[in-house]
Amino acid sequence: MEEEVKLHGMWASPFSRRVELALKLKAIPYQYIEEDLSNKTPSLLRYNPVHKKVPVLVHNDKPVAESMVIIEYMDETWENNPFLPRDPYERAMARFYAKFIDDKLLPTLAKLGQTAGKEKEETIEEIHEQQKVLEDELKGKQFFGGQRIGYLDIVAMILVWLHLTGSITGQKVLSTEKFPLIYEWIERVMKMEVVNECLIPEEKRQDWIQLAQRAPKSASN
Amino acid sequence: MAGELVLLDFWPSPFGMRSRIALAEKGIPYEYREEDLRNKSDLLLQMNPVHKKIPVLIHNGKPVCESVIQVQYIDEVWHDKAPLIPSDPYQRAVARFWVDFIDKKIYELGSKIWKTKGEEQANAKKEFIECLKLLEGELGDKTYFGGESLGYVDVALVPFYSWFYAYEKCGDFSIEAECPKMIAWVKRCMQKESVAKSLPDQEKVYEFILQLKKVFGIE
Repeated sequence: MEEEVKLHGMWASPFSRRVELALKLKAIPYQYIEEDLSNKTPSLLRYNPVHKKVPVLVHNDKPVAESMVIIEYMDETWENNPFLPRDPYERAMARFYAKFIDDKLLPTLAKLGQTAGKEKEETIEEIHEQQKVLEDELKGKQFFGGQRIGYLDIVAMILVWLHLTGSITGQKVLSTEKFPLIYEWIERVMKMEVVNECLIPEEKRQDWIQLAQRAPKSASN
Repeated sequence: MAGELVLLDFWPSPFGMRSRIALAEKGIPYEYREEDLRNKSDLLLQMNPVHKKIPVLIHNGKPVCESVIQVQYIDEVWHDKAPLIPSDPYQRAVARFWVDFIDKKIYELGSKIWKTKGEEQANAKKEFIECLKLLEGELGDKTYFGGESLGYVDVALVPFYSWFYAYEKCGDFSIEAECPKMIAWVKRCMQKESVAKSLPDQEKVYEFILQLKKVFGIE
């Protein structure tokens, strides 16, 4: 059967980039449609009428929205390079920490752009507490997924982005000294070609920093 | 496979109700432990150190936190009894999408209805009804969101029914008047023992909300 896979995405959205990484990890050929969030395509509005957001994966004209829903759909449809473990308890753990990143870490990072002075320091403290949770998850493992990159690694890519942008702004939000396992993980994944392909290109990183500071709520819009 | 199963919960929590329903649907015995959220047990703090919240499902000593993760876990472990999540990947994605929608909207909007007044409350009511109407659209002519039997979306949504009376009294509106199909669906769900036994009485929830309002100094 002819498979047709399309992704409506946006270059600055970590949620959209997540799905791209997932597609590349499974070597699924796809057509990418870059959305201008101030002028969304009629297709996007038709495929995601409820939220009108990116990313949306369209598989043989059937749309799937919400990055984590998309990633689980992909894992169940294309069985090569599985993202989630087979064991139900380990799956629950992977989903728990992924939800932690999305529900806790990302909003705290978003808040950071809006704070200054003492409040900023407190927010950075909060981020460090959240980083500790993830650091503990890496103990004894090469990747969050164990021996291979998996579901939680895909979601945790935001840490790589922060590390890169931290080098540009000079403002280190991620404490790589306090959390050496996370730092080693960042170095390890950055050696992977597919990961590099899904990072924001160097020439766009300044733009991303400005965008992130202006529209913190969610880069997927 | 069953082993030891404990659910740390709080009686009015719609999130706890989800796991109660899932376990009841599958006829899985478990120990229910009521938590006092003003005085959390050592067990709760130990089993959910990250969030310190209920519900926590403890299976053979290992904790599973977050209600949607618990329901999926229960469905995967006890997959041969009353499956909740569809087997087709696309149908699963659709179900997960709507559960995510419920999680993003219903609780927060419902909270605004009982916590706020004036324009903020009016906006919350309007959006709440719009969300229920979107869910009615997804339900369509089906008996349940899961089709002929209770599914993942049904389990995720129906607990909020126990809070509807409280929302209606605080917001001075009728959910049934605006969303009759939703209430018809609720009534079908409530015919099921697993649901009826897992939801507290609406009046009790309303009294609880009134107490909370006093504590928080909300008029």
